[in-house]
Amino acid sequence: MLLLVLAVLALSSCGKKDQVVLSVYNWGDYIDESVISLFEKEYGIKVNYDTFSTNEDMYVKIKSGGGNYDVLFPSDYTIKRMINEGMLAKVNMGNIPNYKYIADRFRNLAYDPDNEYSVPYMWGTVGILYNTTMVKEPVTSWKILWDEKYKKQILMLDSQRDSIGITLKMLGYSMNTRNPEELQAAKKALIQQKPLVLAYVGDDVKDKMIAGEAALAVVWSGDAVFMQWENEDLAYAVPEEGSNLWFDAMVIPATSKHQKEAELFINFMCDPKIAFMNTDYIGYSTPHIEAYKMLDPELANDKTAYPDEADVANCEVFEDLSDYLAEYDRIWTEVKAH
Amino acid sequence: MVKPRLKWVYACLIYLFLYAPIIILIIYSFNDSRYRGSWNGFTLKWYQQLFQDRQIMSALYYTLVVAVLSSIIATVLGTAGAIGIHNMKKIKKTMAMNLTYLPVVNPDIVTGLALMILFIFAHVQLGFGSLLLAHITFNTPYVILSVLPKLKQLDKNLYEAALDLGATPFHAFQRVILPEIMPRIITGLLLAFTLSVDDFVISFFTTGSGVSTLSITIYSMARRGINPKINALSTLLFLTVLLLLIIVNKRMSSQSPQVRKNLR
Repeated sequence: MLLLVLAVLALSSCGKKDQVVLSVYNWGDYIDESVISLFEKEYGIKVNYDTFSTNEDMYVKIKSGGGNYDVLFPSDYTIKRMINEGMLAKVNMGNIPNYKYIADRFRNLAYDPDNEYSVPYMWGTVGILYNTTMVKEPVTSWKILWDEKYKKQILMLDSQRDSIGITLKMLGYSMNTRNPEELQAAKKALIQQKPLVLAYVGDDVKDKMIAGEAALAVVWSGDAVFMQWENEDLAYAVPEEGSNLWFDAMVIPATSKHQKEAELFINFMCDPKIAFMNTDYIGYSTPHIEAYKMLDPELANDKTAYPDEADVANCEVFEDLSDYLAEYDRIWTEVKAH
Repeated sequence: MVKPRLKWVYACLIYLFLYAPIIILIIYSFNDSRYRGSWNGFTLKWYQQLFQDRQIMSALYYTLVVAVLSSIIATVLGTAGAIGIHNMKKIKKTMAMNLTYLPVVNPDIVTGLALMILFIFAHVQLGFGSLLLAHITFNTPYVILSVLPKLKQLDKNLYEAALDLGATPFHAFQRVILPEIMPRIITGLLLAFTLSVDDFVISFFTTGSGVSTLSITIYSMARRGINPKINALSTLLFLTVLLLLIIVNKRMSSQSPQVRKNLR
């Protein structure tokens, strides 16, 4: 039996084949799978596709040296963190001619100001999804989530940066603040809101809102689009105080041994047809000009999925808080435990 | 004296409580909508999509292969280990038992991270090999803990009697001890198999190179919502296990009472 184990070990360690193998690490259910086969057929490069569930899990794995991935799909603040810690390789944009299809408004973003490390993949906003049969007034401010009228009909996100972030925005502060007084004010507001909240949810917000179990929920725009299709009573709004603008982008870790192939993959993902296939399957908003043109006009004009620049003028992208995140952790724990 | 009818009702409630989530899961695998919130009609499309989904099929394959291999290897190692520990002197025995208990009481995340760091340190590429080794590692203590108590119950003299009658030690082991502890070995095997299929944290940190298990694939869907393809897969797995259990039970009840007694 030991011989069996050793044999297995030897075989698995023997990765030195002639064919190049590209390792991709992405969120679960975040790509049109046929795209992978298309890439393999076109370039003759085998793709090992793994999935992760949170930025933090992915970060731990890459940081400790496990995985040997060539392409990653982190979110904005994680990209910033990885750049600061030297974990990412600079992408040679010359090898990615399809980058020309990325709209101007998605270039030079806060987490990668010189466009050296990342190529945007999907984006969206955070906003309020509300059931128009239960909420008769216009939804323009985060303050509606603190309205006594909707006691036990409000769903908040069980995610510390999102929930603390929108509270900070409601109070007029930045979502990335390190000011202790501002954070204390946010904590007080969240504790004040607690009796009105039906539940702090994750992805089950979709089931609940479609079933009409709550009047208001904080959701991501991509999910909001789906929910509105399933239940026509639902509407989405990004409050005036501003909200969170999020991006998931493709990056190459510094430890990658197949940078050229990784750039080939990223370029392939920016091909108009491929980009359209992905956005069509996932349903989230694409930063790709040509893919946007191929969308169903109803979706392309949907302000939920594709808000105007004016609508998101007050939106912020999450920044990497590094050590200060512990403070946000502490506050969220205190809010949940209250 | 509790009325039989009341006992029956109570039992039904318990089983309902246990199985209600699974039944709902199965019902929604036929729902023509991605979300639980609305019932849009009966469909088999999730089952169709399931078999075309390369990721899920690959994860299913690896989950089963790793579970079968690791449980068999862990059972062999664990049984050998249990016999070894059983024959140790007092102090060594206590030390060995403490070492055996450590992986059991350790939180999964500690074991997972520790194994990952060990593999990286030893320059072992994370992939199928490392995943298999990790599963064998956390399965073996459970097998030891399953087999050891039965060994204590054995009559020591039987083994010595077999040796006196001219059997070689291995022959004596094979004919005398092994049949007695076989039920516990099977229990250990099934326990190891279940733990292996169920594991997420340790698998997540010790795998790579495109090798993924079902639990990792499903957990990675958390952000986007669980795809009903998983409902379809769960239904099929549930029915398979149910069928196997029915078959095993039928075979057992058709055998003689003496055989059944030995199997207990």
